[in-house]
Amino acid sequence: MNIFALKIEQIRGDYFSTRFDAIVSCLCLVLVAWVGWSFFDWGLLNAKFSADQGFDGCRAVSGACWAVIDDRARLIFFGLYPYEEQWRSALACLIIVLVTILSCVPSFWTAKRLTTLWLVGFGIFYVLMRGGVFGMTEVLESEWGGLALTLFIFSAVCIVGMPMSIIFALLRQSQYRVIATTMALIIEGIRALPLLGVMFAAAMVLTFVLPDWLHGDKLYRVIFGYALFFACYQAEIIRGGIQSLPSGQEEAAKALGLNYFQRTGYIILPQAFRNALPPTISQIVVTFKETSLVYIVGFFDLLTSGKASFSAGEWTATYVEVYFFVALIYFSFVFSLSRYGAYLETRLRVGQN
Amino acid sequence: MWFRNRKFVDFALQSAFLFCVIGLVVSAFVVGRNNMEVQGLTGDFGFLERSTGWDISFTLLDYSTRDSYSRALSIGLLNTLFLGVVSLIFGTVIGLSVASARLSRNKLLSSLGGAYVDTFRNIPLILQGLFWYAVLTNLPRAKQAISPVDGVFLSNRGFYFPGLNVTGGSAAVAIAVIVVFVGVALWVASARKTARWPDQKRRRVWASVLAVGAVVTVLVLSVGRIPDTSLSSVPYLKGFNLRDGVRLSPELLAGILTISLYGAAFIAEIFRAGLLSISQGMGEAGAALGLRAYQVFFRIRLPLAIRAVLPTLTNQYIWLMKATTIGIAIGFADFFMVVAVSISQAGKTMNLLLLLFLGFWLLNLAVSVVANWIDKKIALKGTQNR
Repeated sequence: MNIFALKIEQIRGDYFSTRFDAIVSCLCLVLVAWVGWSFFDWGLLNAKFSADQGFDGCRAVSGACWAVIDDRARLIFFGLYPYEEQWRSALACLIIVLVTILSCVPSFWTAKRLTTLWLVGFGIFYVLMRGGVFGMTEVLESEWGGLALTLFIFSAVCIVGMPMSIIFALLRQSQYRVIATTMALIIEGIRALPLLGVMFAAAMVLTFVLPDWLHGDKLYRVIFGYALFFACYQAEIIRGGIQSLPSGQEEAAKALGLNYFQRTGYIILPQAFRNALPPTISQIVVTFKETSLVYIVGFFDLLTSGKASFSAGEWTATYVEVYFFVALIYFSFVFSLSRYGAYLETRLRVGQN
Repeated sequence: MWFRNRKFVDFALQSAFLFCVIGLVVSAFVVGRNNMEVQGLTGDFGFLERSTGWDISFTLLDYSTRDSYSRALSIGLLNTLFLGVVSLIFGTVIGLSVASARLSRNKLLSSLGGAYVDTFRNIPLILQGLFWYAVLTNLPRAKQAISPVDGVFLSNRGFYFPGLNVTGGSAAVAIAVIVVFVGVALWVASARKTARWPDQKRRRVWASVLAVGAVVTVLVLSVGRIPDTSLSSVPYLKGFNLRDGVRLSPELLAGILTISLYGAAFIAEIFRAGLLSISQGMGEAGAALGLRAYQVFFRIRLPLAIRAVLPTLTNQYIWLMKATTIGIAIGFADFFMVVAVSISQAGKTMNLLLLLFLGFWLLNLAVSVVANWIDKKIALKGTQNR
């Protein structure tokens, strides 16, 4: 039997072994072909790509009007950031992406290196965006927008939320019952709320309950609210990681005469983080996805700028194309991160067996 | 020394922590009240009795602009519950089908399931909501409504389909009657107590319960129908608008569509993990006893999987309830949106946000109490099958 016949035999075994299987395979094939063809037909074959004739150029074609992306890409990516300074915004986005990629490399996985990496990356991002030094004109936070604002909120939430979550988890795991119970009440209370409610409360209530000098910009209040919410979820993940450690670890550390801070810093937390890595990554993925909720609190993030790019002027009919494009941007970030998380999970499991 | 005393240190540390937390809350409260007074606002809840003066687009109970804030808020909470429960049911059904597709031996089907999960899970919920809402409101006008079957219309004013001309109260009673009778019938069909009955008797009781239920439902509906109308109400085109029938607004439809499709992707992954955790031997034992493939699935693997995933599933359901807050982006009057509108109209930011939080704490508590009760009820005796 030659290879060709073998292949056919294998395909028959995989897809056509019973009558029912054959019907299912055919239906799936028809579905895939139909969806694939109509997408190809709409998105490539009959689409208009260049914006040199405005929306009028799209009237002639039956497919997608990608001209809107050609025309409004800068608005979607950079929001209302001053036109001639947008290279700074682009560079800042690249830096955050680079930092995210670097922190996926195992040789960066020590507390000191990760912290330095993120603080330095975030610092460069902030200086580039805000300007006012090195001859760059100053651009206030209220003018930031698009992908850069989404990335700013995301990284700020992670940077503020991560240390907060460690403190929360340690307090929650405290041997003192009063502290542990109070912390559990706080964590569970915040986890029960919708993120939108927490953001909304942070934006509106903090101006009431904080003394005037602590108000800050609305953007930072929302980031604080989001970071608090993130910390409550992440604290439970870290706690799970701590609880999965055998109790011998802590006892051995005690027997060696290490004090509480040495025990948690050198023995407990590094192992807890290793155990909790997969859920931590999925939490970070969720955090990135849900930055889009700031649309409702009134910020000009990626989603809002996407919506703005077709709400005014000639492009109102092109909402499908714009939403598709924005979804693709979110998808490429979220999908690659979650795939990395899945890869890591299998890698860690190999080590345990 | 006294300060090295273990008990003393314990006590001091704990009371210091408690003092800090309580101090933070109390000072926030005091500063907040002062600031509100400066702006001429009082912190009392008297506004709850005032009439609102604004309308709510979707209500399950009667509501007019003269009704009070407390009624508006409870209608919002009810809307959140309604949207949440409906999407939760659809999400579970879709999720379960996607999960079984993903576990199928047929690679084509399983990769289709995988594509579904990857697509819907990796795009922000609110983006999906805005997309579906835009699609639904850009449908053709009523005059050119899409009508796949007679009496069913899909237009930019919403989804119209045939319904019954009954009052809201009698519809609620009828739904309750249906739920009770179907529940009793299911109990007869599957409970341990009735398992000892001979098959014939069980089937007879089961059928008669359903028949009585159907008769009672028809009775309730015909008594409670709106006077001087026919019982059934089929939508039809009149002038530029569609009349009669049941209308689902684009807002509600977009909400249900978004949350159930997005939730289904997560529920599918939960069920997949649950089904994978059931050992192969269980299914093989079932097959060896002569059960068919669907019987092995519904009688052995699914019941065991549900027990395994119930805690994760509960968290997901709570999450879905909280996800209804995207209603504000698509104009559906959920609890969050009613609270937000109240804040902009009545100004009582602190009080209303407190009520919002209370509402969600209650919702959470309710879902987890029900889930724990179910968990206890269906737990298997002994340790073998845990």
